[in-house]
Amino acid sequence: MTLAKEYSNHSRRTLVVLMEDRPGVLSNVSNMFRRRNYNIESLTVGHSETSGISRMTVVVHASDTVLEQVVKQLYKLIHVTKVTDITDDAAVIRELALIRVHAISTSRAEIKQLVDIFRAQIIDVAHDSMTIEITGTEDKVDSLVEILRPFGIKELTRTGRVAMVRGGLSGGGRG
Amino acid sequence: MKMNGAQIIWECLVREGVDVVFGITGGKVIPLYHELPAYPIHHITMRHEQAAAHAADGYARATGKVGVCVATSGPGATNLVTGIANAQMDSSPIVAITGQVASGDLGTDAFQEVDITGITMPITKHNCLVTNVTELAQAIREAFHIARSGHPGAVLVDVTVDAQMGQCEFIYPETVNLPGYRPHTRGNLRQVAQAAEMINQAKRPVLMVGRGVIVAGAQDELVELAERAQIPVATTLLGKSAIPESHPLSLGMGGMHGEAYTNLAVQQADLIIGIGTRFDDRFTSAASTFAPQAKIIHIDIDPAEIAKRVRVDLPIVGDALNVLRELVPLVQNAQHTEWIGLIDGWRAEAREYSRHWEEGEALVPQYVVRQISELTEGDALMVSDVGQNQMWEAQYYIHNRFGGLISSGGLGTMGFALPASIGAQVGRPECVVWVVAGDGGLQMTIQELATIVQERLPVKIALLNNGYLGMVRQWQEFFYERNYCGTPIFGPDFAKVAEAYGMAGITVCDKAQVNEALEQAMQIDGPVLIDFRIEQEHNVFPMVPAGRPIDEMIRRPRQA
Ligand SMILES: Cc1ncc(C[n+]2csc(CCOP(=O)(O)OP(=O)(O)O)c2C)c(N)n1
Ligand SMILES: [Mg+2]
Repeated sequence: MTLAKEYSNHSRRTLVVLMEDRPGVLSNVSNMFRRRNYNIESLTVGHSETSGISRMTVVVHASDTVLEQVVKQLYKLIHVTKVTDITDDAAVIRELALIRVHAISTSRAEIKQLVDIFRAQIIDVAHDSMTIEITGTEDKVDSLVEILRPFGIKELTRTGRVAMVRGGLSGGGRG
Repeated sequence: MKMNGAQIIWECLVREGVDVVFGITGGKVIPLYHELPAYPIHHITMRHEQAAAHAADGYARATGKVGVCVATSGPGATNLVTGIANAQMDSSPIVAITGQVASGDLGTDAFQEVDITGITMPITKHNCLVTNVTELAQAIREAFHIARSGHPGAVLVDVTVDAQMGQCEFIYPETVNLPGYRPHTRGNLRQVAQAAEMINQAKRPVLMVGRGVIVAGAQDELVELAERAQIPVATTLLGKSAIPESHPLSLGMGGMHGEAYTNLAVQQADLIIGIGTRFDDRFTSAASTFAPQAKIIHIDIDPAEIAKRVRVDLPIVGDALNVLRELVPLVQNAQHTEWIGLIDGWRAEAREYSRHWEEGEALVPQYVVRQISELTEGDALMVSDVGQNQMWEAQYYIHNRFGGLISSGGLGTMGFALPASIGAQVGRPECVVWVVAGDGGLQMTIQELATIVQERLPVKIALLNNGYLGMVRQWQEFFYERNYCGTPIFGPDFAKVAEAYGMAGITVCDKAQVNEALEQAMQIDGPVLIDFRIEQEHNVFPMVPAGRPIDEMIRRPRQA
């Protein structure tokens, strides 16, 4: 049985990766994903609670066997210190999006109402547009985007998934 | 003590035990070279940076120490790339030091600026750019530690010219602090016990050995394991010379050009014990067809190699020497008489396939290699190039010296052998070093004959000259209707070329002249090139067509 690149029964997995904050380490990680032909959906990176250690959240499409390789290949990078698959842990998973939507006087009220239902916020208003900030699961962000689409989305930016295990058992806590 | 960056680099190299480096100078390493004469390090000036990297690689493989190469920024650095990739693929520990434009000029497309850390990121185990003299000592220390430990590999340190010239207090970092890098060297004892259990139960076991056993220096332990339980040993190309090949349990190389009996043994085994190998596709062919009846134990220092290509029933992550030391005492004595009898039957049958060239008149490469093997009693340090010549070397030289074969396996880099032999001979002056190369590959780095002569290295070169890029021609013959597009190659009079460089050159056109030429070469106290004008359209057999199971090989023709 061939193990590599087995795309049947693959699923979305969320990995938390801790790494030393050295020059080039981010491109090293993303380079590795590209070169080994792994299928990543999103990748976010920022500081962790420890200075000098960055924390990355990666969403990857992989079967169990490919995922095992992804984790090992991450560990193989000299400055990666900890990799945790939190897909099956109880985790808080969030994404933030900024959406600038076409808004004229007749549609403003309706948009405001929708934004309230989603517990999102209007953070800027211009003469023909409104900018909305939403934080939530990716599904929630997806739904708001779809609902706003008919009004005309002029600009959209999403951060990708960030995650933390409930009760402090995430990659950070274990590391 | 205050030192400049260049002095710090050499000082660190001396402390790492480096006494030779291979390189070519240039604008952005002049400060580095300026300080070199004060240090007990011999610099070998190569004729091309690719060759410098191959020489460092050959040196590393021949000695087990880290090989070092040096190049200037820009084209010097890019010329190293093939050599770095080659070393990395074959787990050969090298450190490449490159000069870089001044830190203030970085990113401006300055003269001879190239992002060599970016370029080599996917082909190094680790690399870094040093722009500040205060970070140099730590960077060099880490480079050597990473190159030689765990799964060995290539490391590149790019040093800006201002970091080479800047001054700081030199403090040698006694330790390295790499929290993300902790190689596993000791196997899990529960898994080792399980492995012993599986070996004790096996009826048709085969050891499959790669270069990891040579890197670990585990020859005695390997032979002990094989003998204790009477387990035949197949090797990968790079695993050749891990066990003396005249040992009755040695099956030689398996895989695409492995002997039929070796591949049959692997395919019919009920247990494969892979040690220090990455189950490369040149051995296994399509992973789904590999050793279908066998359970697989995989012992390797690199967890990422486990189950990368083939399924594994029992993984053991650890250094081959440590694991074998734990494993051998747990393995029971066994005979496997029936199994070994079966394999020996296949082996005897294979002999029938070589009679015709042994008895025939033609100057065939098999004969040349076999004669070199006999003349040197299998004890030479052989450095082979890539192509048919490499396979003939692997099939007909009987390696009895541990670690006695140096070849480009993973990358298959034509032009590797000649420069690698420079490193090998420099590192092992007491050894007889022979190069086996083809006319195509030799011409890719032939300029290094000058380095050989300049350094007075007594390297002996056997050129298997067939007038073709032979291995590709063979594929065209078998699978592309003999459409020899791009494979016929003109070559110079190589003996004259050798002489022009200041070394001995001999041309051999007849089988009857082979022994005399070889003996003459051995007697000459210096480098020699022998141009063997072999049969032009000779093929490498057996051959497993791409993707087929390895026991479905095209056998040797029984007559010429
Ligand atoms: C640098 C490089 N370029 C191309 C190839 C592809 N290739 C593999 S074997 C081969 C032919 C080698 O010819 P030669 O060196 O004459 O050896 P022979 O096979 O004839 O013994 C070629 C072109 C390679 N392996 N390396
Ligand atoms: Mg040739």
